[in-house]
Amino acid sequence: MTTHATAQPSYLVDTGSRKGLMAWLTSTDHKRVGVLYLYSMISFFFVGVGIGFLMRLVQLTPFQHLITARTYNALFTVHGVIMIFLFVIPGLPAVFGNFFLPILIGAKDVAFPRLNLASWYFFMIGAILAVLSLFTGGGAPDTGWSFYAPFSLKTGTNVSLAVFGAFILGFSSMLTGINFITTIHRLRAPGMKWFRMPLMCWALYSTSWIQLLATPILAITLVLVILERFFGIGIFDPAKGGDPLLYQHLFWIYSHPAVYIMILPAMGAITEIIPTFAKRTIFGYKAIAFSSMAIAGVGSLVWAHHMFTSGMSSLATLLFSLLTMIVAVPSAIKVFNWVSTLYKGSIDFQPPLLFALTFIFLFAIGGLTGVMQGALAINVHIHDTYFIVGHFHYVMFGGTGFAFFAALLYWFPKMSGKMYSKKAIYASWFPMFIGFNMLYFGMLILGMMGMPRRYYVHLPQYHTMHVVATVGSWFLVLGLLAFFGTLIYALFKGSKAEDNPWGGVTLEWTIPSPPPQENFEAIPTITHGPYHFEQESK
Amino acid sequence: MSEHAEHSLEHANHPGYGTFIKVWVALLILTGALVGVSHLGQTYAVWGLLTLTPLKAGLVFYFFMHLKYEGPLLKIVVLVTLGTLLIFFALLFSDVAFH
Repeated sequence: MTTHATAQPSYLVDTGSRKGLMAWLTSTDHKRVGVLYLYSMISFFFVGVGIGFLMRLVQLTPFQHLITARTYNALFTVHGVIMIFLFVIPGLPAVFGNFFLPILIGAKDVAFPRLNLASWYFFMIGAILAVLSLFTGGGAPDTGWSFYAPFSLKTGTNVSLAVFGAFILGFSSMLTGINFITTIHRLRAPGMKWFRMPLMCWALYSTSWIQLLATPILAITLVLVILERFFGIGIFDPAKGGDPLLYQHLFWIYSHPAVYIMILPAMGAITEIIPTFAKRTIFGYKAIAFSSMAIAGVGSLVWAHHMFTSGMSSLATLLFSLLTMIVAVPSAIKVFNWVSTLYKGSIDFQPPLLFALTFIFLFAIGGLTGVMQGALAINVHIHDTYFIVGHFHYVMFGGTGFAFFAALLYWFPKMSGKMYSKKAIYASWFPMFIGFNMLYFGMLILGMMGMPRRYYVHLPQYHTMHVVATVGSWFLVLGLLAFFGTLIYALFKGSKAEDNPWGGVTLEWTIPSPPPQENFEAIPTITHGPYHFEQESK
Repeated sequence: MSEHAEHSLEHANHPGYGTFIKVWVALLILTGALVGVSHLGQTYAVWGLLTLTPLKAGLVFYFFMHLKYEGPLLKIVVLVTLGTLLIFFALLFSDVAFH
């Protein structure tokens, strides 16, 4: 693998008329937009972590202490809204998709650079409105992040503003989806055929279609909630002839595929990391590419498995249970292919691979507990318990969160031009892994014991596991602080990163670290697939 | 392609007033039919909405929005989108119709 010197300045250098913060806030460079997303999302992530930490402290005793019941309701709502809408949904596509998609396909930028910057502004406006809803009107929403009707129509808290914030965030998501689809269709380098694209691009492509097709449904639903709150139009309110189950359907038609918006790019990042550190081509390229599309397709048809106990028809419960089982197949294909790629590979054990393997382990637990819930009989037993909370966090935090960390470790040297301390990262992994499993496996056990979620007090029989989970949250937060502390330290004091520190073979490793402003001196011509390792072909 | 040929093609892609008026009359008749069936009871009204409204939308897409004169790719994209919507409807009705 050769790297190329370039005459262009790095994207971190201000070369226009504006300097400093203004240069960043007005830049249409996809890499800068990705970094803007990164900083804003990590800020929101730590607000969410702080709230989660506080909720765990509340559960340290069986009795009410620290905060009131109503504040607890507001906390779990805000924790959900911030983590889901401001971190997990946009997380990987907005940060790593923006930064790396054009580079991975050999382009200078995304198809619509100005629209890309506008998407970030929509994101920030939506985020600010959601945060403002905590302190204005009737106070922070207390409905849970799903805003279920009819409670969301009647509560005196500031649901309208929070919902409007989510509506604006939806625009950011749709516009990013349009941008990525057009970029992949129109801006691939010469010779970059569909099956020569790195699999991260396939994951982003599938995700973008979900963003484009499913997000408008949520947007319209949220507008209906606002209209219902202000004008009482009676779509969802049973007192006015409305149907609250219709709200649940419309909400989950978006929000279940949103789970795949969250996880598909994470799987894409893992698919980039594993061949690099196994030093061999990916096992089953086309199977992984098609499984991404299959997850996007079938995953859009399973939404009502969130509603098995809602009073929905028996036919619908049967249909959605079956469809839910089917979606496990393409997910499992990916896991088997990752493991097969590692088999007989020349493993180079580095921090990104450690986090990628952690992702596979945690995601497998999250996935299997998800299949359990797809079975109707089990679902009735564990519905609305801590089992659901534990499963969701295994998928979203253990899955998307750890994949985000793995991707950050993998691409950090490329993005910043600096290398972090690997020892410090290994040290931070240990409390994160132990704390994570104490916290969320504890929740799975609590759920099986019957502990309902969203209660601010608990019965004595649940106390021991609650203490275990809370202590786990301390380890987890400690690990997170050490992890991000290490990266922040590296930004300022880290050694200079090589252009290709991991021996990767996709296009981003052929350009300098940090990348130049227009990515490539000349648009490359692609002659082979993305995971072409020289030592393997000898 | 010469400027003249491009102009001719563009001209050929625009239907005459006659077509527009015929489609407009068809839309008026369908609207009248929709109002009519809505007086026959809720079931008829719902089925009327589910069948006649997409037909009206189809006419608007096909003639007024020039789908008829587009290439096969765009037509396929529209069909896939409508197919997706139909699947959503079918799954939704597996609940609503059997409550």
